[in-house]
Amino acid sequence: MIQMTAEAAEATRTEPVVQMSGVSVSFPGVKALQSVGLTLRAGEVHALMGENGAGKSTLIKALTGVYSIDEGTIIVGGEPRTFHSPAESQAAGISTVYQEVNLCTNLTVAENMLLGREPRSFGRIDTRAMNRRAGETLTRLGLDIDPKSQLGTHPIAIQQLVAIARAVDIDAELLILDEPTSSLDADEVAKLFEVMRTLRAEGVAIVFVSHFLEQVFAISDRMTVLRNGQFVGEYLTAETTQLQLVQAMIGRELETLDKIEQAAEEHTVKTQGAPLLEVLDLGRKGSVESVDLQVFEGEVIGIAGLLGSGRTELARLLFGADTPDRGDMRMRSKGTKLRTPRQAIDHKIAFSSENRRSEGVIADLSIADNMVLAMQASRGWLRPIPARTKDRLVKKYIEALDIRPTDPNALMRNLSGGNQQKVLLARWLITEPELLILDEPTRGIDIGAKAQIQQLVADLAKDGMSVVFISAELEEVLRLSDRLVVMRDRRKIDERANEDVTVSDVLEIIAGEVRNDA
Amino acid sequence: MSAQAPTIKDLGSSLPDAIRRFTPPPRFYPVLATIALFIGMFGAGSIRYEGFSSPQTILSVLVDNSFLIVLAVGMTFVILTGGIDLSVGSVVALSTMIAASTLRSGWSAPLVIVTVLLTGSVLGLLMGLVIHYFEIQPFIVTLAGMFLARGLCYVISLESIPIKNGTFTSFASGTIEIGDYFITPSVVVALVVLVIAAVVLHMTRFGRTVYAVGGSEQSALLMGLAVAGTKVGVYVISGFCSALAGLLFSIYTLSGYNLGAVGMELDAIAAVVIGGTLLTGGSGLVLGSAVGVLVLGLIQSFISFDGTLSSWWTKITIGVLLLAFVLIQRLFTRRTT
Repeated sequence: MIQMTAEAAEATRTEPVVQMSGVSVSFPGVKALQSVGLTLRAGEVHALMGENGAGKSTLIKALTGVYSIDEGTIIVGGEPRTFHSPAESQAAGISTVYQEVNLCTNLTVAENMLLGREPRSFGRIDTRAMNRRAGETLTRLGLDIDPKSQLGTHPIAIQQLVAIARAVDIDAELLILDEPTSSLDADEVAKLFEVMRTLRAEGVAIVFVSHFLEQVFAISDRMTVLRNGQFVGEYLTAETTQLQLVQAMIGRELETLDKIEQAAEEHTVKTQGAPLLEVLDLGRKGSVESVDLQVFEGEVIGIAGLLGSGRTELARLLFGADTPDRGDMRMRSKGTKLRTPRQAIDHKIAFSSENRRSEGVIADLSIADNMVLAMQASRGWLRPIPARTKDRLVKKYIEALDIRPTDPNALMRNLSGGNQQKVLLARWLITEPELLILDEPTRGIDIGAKAQIQQLVADLAKDGMSVVFISAELEEVLRLSDRLVVMRDRRKIDERANEDVTVSDVLEIIAGEVRNDA
Repeated sequence: MSAQAPTIKDLGSSLPDAIRRFTPPPRFYPVLATIALFIGMFGAGSIRYEGFSSPQTILSVLVDNSFLIVLAVGMTFVILTGGIDLSVGSVVALSTMIAASTLRSGWSAPLVIVTVLLTGSVLGLLMGLVIHYFEIQPFIVTLAGMFLARGLCYVISLESIPIKNGTFTSFASGTIEIGDYFITPSVVVALVVLVIAAVVLHMTRFGRTVYAVGGSEQSALLMGLAVAGTKVGVYVISGFCSALAGLLFSIYTLSGYNLGAVGMELDAIAAVVIGGTLLTGGSGLVLGSAVGVLVLGLIQSFISFDGTLSSWWTKITIGVLLLAFVLIQRLFTRRTT
């Protein structure tokens, strides 16, 4: 038995701040939570773990009063409570930072931190005091942000930190951080952890949701694992290994990743003869400078590069989402000009955008409708897809991609991120493309869904589809791709066969270029 | 941080230098553009027409449009939350009808005023409740409200009713001298409403919640703000302002007329947009809306000073200006997002 931290041990003896038990929540067509329990103690960081769609966000929203619960009890500070709105739970000392930044970009940083709690004198808001108080909180958290600046002028990472500063300012007994680190860089994460440790020492109970296992092990005292809306177990972090945690979270999918790697290694591509797609000197002012690229049949091209290196811009050029202003493009050795996505679709090119929410998902349509969208568009609106064909295709892809829920009429908005991503992939696969461009297909989704999507890409390539795979996660790019293209500063700086290339090799290529410039 | 946006305080001693380098926050840009337009129009008129340059020209614009300022102020609250209120013109007409008919049957002026203001507020309250709790688009709900209020005018009377009440007529003929120039008590009412609205919007929690709801209703809800009360509240305010504008209008015309104020809701919306408020909500100032009304009024002054132009040029100019401002806003928001 490994000893618990002193704080955690002490906290175990005291009464829990929040105790949820037997909580069930359902949406139309989806049983999101089934009899789940969660116990939170003062002065403890409690990690809530699980794949996408496991029910973490739902559990949090059930606690904070965004969703109403069908069954179960929530005991806060020793008393059974039911919150009907976030305002009520906030009043009870529960403060939440949601996955997506939920602030108003049209207001100032200080206003966002103190909305609803502005310092007032004689009934009117004391702007000066408000800015001062916001400034003090920001300073306490070590953040160098002007409280008077408009929130919308800051990058997402800063907005995320402001959201946390708002939650801290509430003086909550329970602070819920739902994926607070997904848009933060390493320094900012370290800063956040410092803040979390300070608050923990002050006796605040903290719920921490994250996909990054290392972060969870670095900061949490205790973990609760959910899977498919059900409670798996509660663990002490100090007594649990990463492997045990991953197994608890996903069960079987762990082996899949290993298999993909093997399959990708065995997978060989014939790079002789005419390429499927060839671009020469392709570029667009302010977007990408002159790129040459060949994609052969059945080949996975991985594009690596830092954020802003031009990897997304290149994908958009290949698809015609942005119009190139220079260069030539040949599809099957025939000269082609792609000026619109429509022309690209006609050439059997498909593109799944990195902005799942704003450029892909239509939240109010069903899974089935979302899936057939691209196919319908390529047929033209005057030739509706026969209902039987549609049902068959939708059923096939729900099964093939293991989409949950399996009901084709479930609304897209009720799906988890990973499942939404799978529906979007199905949308393009239905059109039977020859070239599939995937921009960050695994961002913000859990390890299980990631493995499934990677497996799918490997399978598709084996069946002869060409894939351009873009991801910020280098491991993923290296695992899947046959050939590697490295981008930096909107240029292609390197291209090599993916044989024994490691992550640090790629980082060196990117960094090497920096040194050469300096 | 603060060095990026120099303020007078930062720059210390050299005041002229500080003024030269002072840059207002971006949220004031649209209003400043409207003010610049107003000054430009006034300058152009002064060069072109004799007598236009007199301050009385502006004061007369205020006198002739005081009710529209009140209306635009109410509309600004609604639009800031991302809503719209199409009922205001009809509520103005209904208010004039209620005022005229109750005065004719001998009610006292204070009682009439309270009745009218209550009616407008209750209408706004009902529309706000429907919009929020049934989640129906404000466009449709207030369109229904517009027909309802207009229909009620005809229920009260099929003909226009003159107002002969002493309080109302003396208020109508009253003037307030400022040196050689004059304004009417209605202008004072409008300006007081404007100041109160500005204070409410910028210095109260309700006001800041209005902006928050317009910025992102979902976020406002998750931040635990009183979204329901705020959304309903802005329609109550708009209803109240419509009723008050109706009272001012009945004093201006000294009658209740069931065909009056047709299309005035569109003038109010135009003024708000020209004043720099985004129709999507979350950004704008009541001061801008008031200046927007002045711009509309000044166009009419142009036409009356010219004498040869048809009054339809007013509409054409408003159309062009509206389009120009919406386009400018589009460019503006595209740059900042």
